[in-house]
Amino acid sequence: MNEEIKTFTISIYTENNIGLLNRISAIFQRRHINIESLTTSQSEIDGVNRFVIVVNISESQAKKIVGQFQKQIEVIRAFYHTDEETIYTESCMFKIKSSLLFEEPQIQNIIKESNTRIVTVNKEFFVLEKSGRRNEIESLRRDLNVFGIMQFVRAGRIAVTKDEMKVTEMLLAFNNQ
Amino acid sequence: MNTETENKTQEVISKKMRISGSEAVVRCLMAEGVDILYGYPGGAIMPVYDELYKFRDQIHHVLTRHEQGAAHAAQGYARISGRVGVAMATSGPGATNLITGIADAQIDSTPMVCITGQVPSHLLGSDAFQETDIVGISTPVTKWNHQVTKASEIPEVLAKAFYIAKSGRPGPVLVDITKDAQFGELDFEYKKCTGVRSYIPVPKTNPESVKAAAKLINSAKKPMIVWGQGIILGKAENELKAVVEKAGIPSAWTILGASAIPTSHPLNIGMVGMHGNYAPNKLTNECDVLIAIGMRFDDRVTGDLTKYAKQAKVIHFDIDPSEIDKNVKTDVAVIGDSKDSLAQLLPLLDAKSHDSWLQEFKDLYAIEFEQVIKDDLHPTKEGLTMGEVLKQINIESKGDAAIVSDVGQHQMIACRYSEFNLTKSNITSGGLGTMGFALPAAIGAKMAEPHREVVAIIGDGGFQMNIQELGTVFQQRTPVKIVVLNNEFLGMVRQWQQLFFDKRYASTEMTNPDFVAIAKGYHIQAKRITKREELADAVKEMIASKESYFLEVCVEKEDNVFPMVPSGASVSDIRLS
Ligand SMILES: Cc1ncc(C[n+]2csc(CCOP(=O)(O)OP(=O)(O)O)c2C)c(N)n1
Repeated sequence: MNEEIKTFTISIYTENNIGLLNRISAIFQRRHINIESLTTSQSEIDGVNRFVIVVNISESQAKKIVGQFQKQIEVIRAFYHTDEETIYTESCMFKIKSSLLFEEPQIQNIIKESNTRIVTVNKEFFVLEKSGRRNEIESLRRDLNVFGIMQFVRAGRIAVTKDEMKVTEMLLAFNNQ
Repeated sequence: MNTETENKTQEVISKKMRISGSEAVVRCLMAEGVDILYGYPGGAIMPVYDELYKFRDQIHHVLTRHEQGAAHAAQGYARISGRVGVAMATSGPGATNLITGIADAQIDSTPMVCITGQVPSHLLGSDAFQETDIVGISTPVTKWNHQVTKASEIPEVLAKAFYIAKSGRPGPVLVDITKDAQFGELDFEYKKCTGVRSYIPVPKTNPESVKAAAKLINSAKKPMIVWGQGIILGKAENELKAVVEKAGIPSAWTILGASAIPTSHPLNIGMVGMHGNYAPNKLTNECDVLIAIGMRFDDRVTGDLTKYAKQAKVIHFDIDPSEIDKNVKTDVAVIGDSKDSLAQLLPLLDAKSHDSWLQEFKDLYAIEFEQVIKDDLHPTKEGLTMGEVLKQINIESKGDAAIVSDVGQHQMIACRYSEFNLTKSNITSGGLGTMGFALPAAIGAKMAEPHREVVAIIGDGGFQMNIQELGTVFQQRTPVKIVVLNNEFLGMVRQWQQLFFDKRYASTEMTNPDFVAIAKGYHIQAKRITKREELADAVKEMIASKESYFLEVCVEKEDNVFPMVPSGASVSDIRLS
């Protein structure tokens, strides 16, 4: 079974519970699946958290681990989606020496063309912020690398699906039981 | 729950009162109908023990000799009764000693609640004396766990713990309670938990999937059922029997499914798996429809997955949706409670008999009998076989005993040859294969169902892994029967060394102590036998005894268990020798 490895975005809606991150990461660990990125935050539903996790695995693996997440007591629903099925973005920040901004006019062009935002400028350094697809961020990083980057950080993916996820409905159904 | 415990329950929950967290723990247990718990005290759980002392007339705490013993005893209690087993331990080493039993309960879906003490909450994370992160350690082997740091949380968390442990696919739950939460006070009121928002314990059976299953079964020429523990956990024994009989389907069982349908039933064709019977293993690769019910296609059952039942359409009944397509791809999945699903299935089935197909099983049984079973049960050589000991136990207990087996050759022999008339009679460590399981599990089983004959079958290796629990047998006067089949080897490992490692017996030979003297040291009646002529009388005396009894049988040293599906081989490559 040589299935194609693809990038999947896994969304897990959960009760807000301290130990849950442990349970979720253990499921990846047992199966030797590397987490590319992980974001956890509140969701659209009050009191419900959402994990967004990016992994490179086969579809049958995705299906099985989603089953395992779903099995955890405090997981409300879990889903997996391909890149085509989601609208996603990642964001990043660069810290760069201020002198370069004046010495290397090329940098200003890069900032303009890539729609990158200047967060702050001071005597020592300036900070850029950009949100977008992974490849856009990567190419910006390549471009800036030539001049020297003092610090770089990228946040985990955030994603919404193109079609509806019926979590609210499921919660309502439970409350009406 | 009988009416007496029910009245007690009413009493403990009726009035709202200001009590300590530790008293709340004990009252919660009583409210859940817990009559026995197993454990071992220590600093971080002392306040709860103090309350147990106060309530000792109402709830019986059994001091085991090791926390692993407590966990296995709670499992034995749960497996024979279907009720939740309870184990308790102190923080740190007490808690970690429970882990093997918890892992065992997790993989064998056994309902268990473990309560551990923890250092005071202001010391959490400071590497305090006897502090371990038991919630972190137990996470991968519990169905759910939680740390309580405030007295007021205790009733709700324990109610949730019991609900989660026993509902849906059962499993072990651990609640860790800090010492300050035990000392703290709360306004106690107990409400049983009836649901957790994010948790659907029993998915509703979809009638369409049952229809699809019925259609496949009705069209099958060579159908075969493999049932697992899901039948016993779902109390679906009668429903299964009705389905088997109406559709006339030869039916086999996994090790944990044993005893759900009596061994003597004409459509019961034996055990599947590595040391299962020849016919059901071989014919798994001949049937046209394979109906798996409440079993999870463990690799010990399937052997090489790429060669498992490839010709068959597969129907899988299971309560746990994550089991579907996990190991074996199914054509029809019926997700839901087995009792409910099978009840829906029954009226849709055509009444049939598959005589010539059943005959194929009988023909292969005849081969297995000639080549394996005859020598196991009616040996002609001098040394005693494990099989003939089991046969004698069947005769004396008339097939009504609960057999609690440890792990190794004797376990496979016990499962292959025990006659089971009653359900919940085979108590063994299936998924984890934990040596040391049987003695404490037998104690728990006997205490849960004192009217049942409970016989532990243990190897000389496994016996020494929890031999200290003889002390519990003695102190509690638990009339369990303990049979040690002594081959002076770690037999099962030695068998593998013989077959696959050129007979290099690396560290499997055992020089054993005088087991009879040890048992007698614990004031347990004990006997050793070495000859066939002594067997019948010794087993008779043991079963007739009203008290606990220890019987050591010195068996042939280098006997092997067959049939055998070598690990990684296909089930159709099962060997008879
Ligand atoms: C805790 C634990 N350690 C090691 C094993 C590996 N193991 C499986 S069977 C076996 C031998 C058991 O020997 P014994 O208890 O004498 O029983 P026999 O096979 O001789 O009947 C061993 C060591 C195990 N299952 N459990």
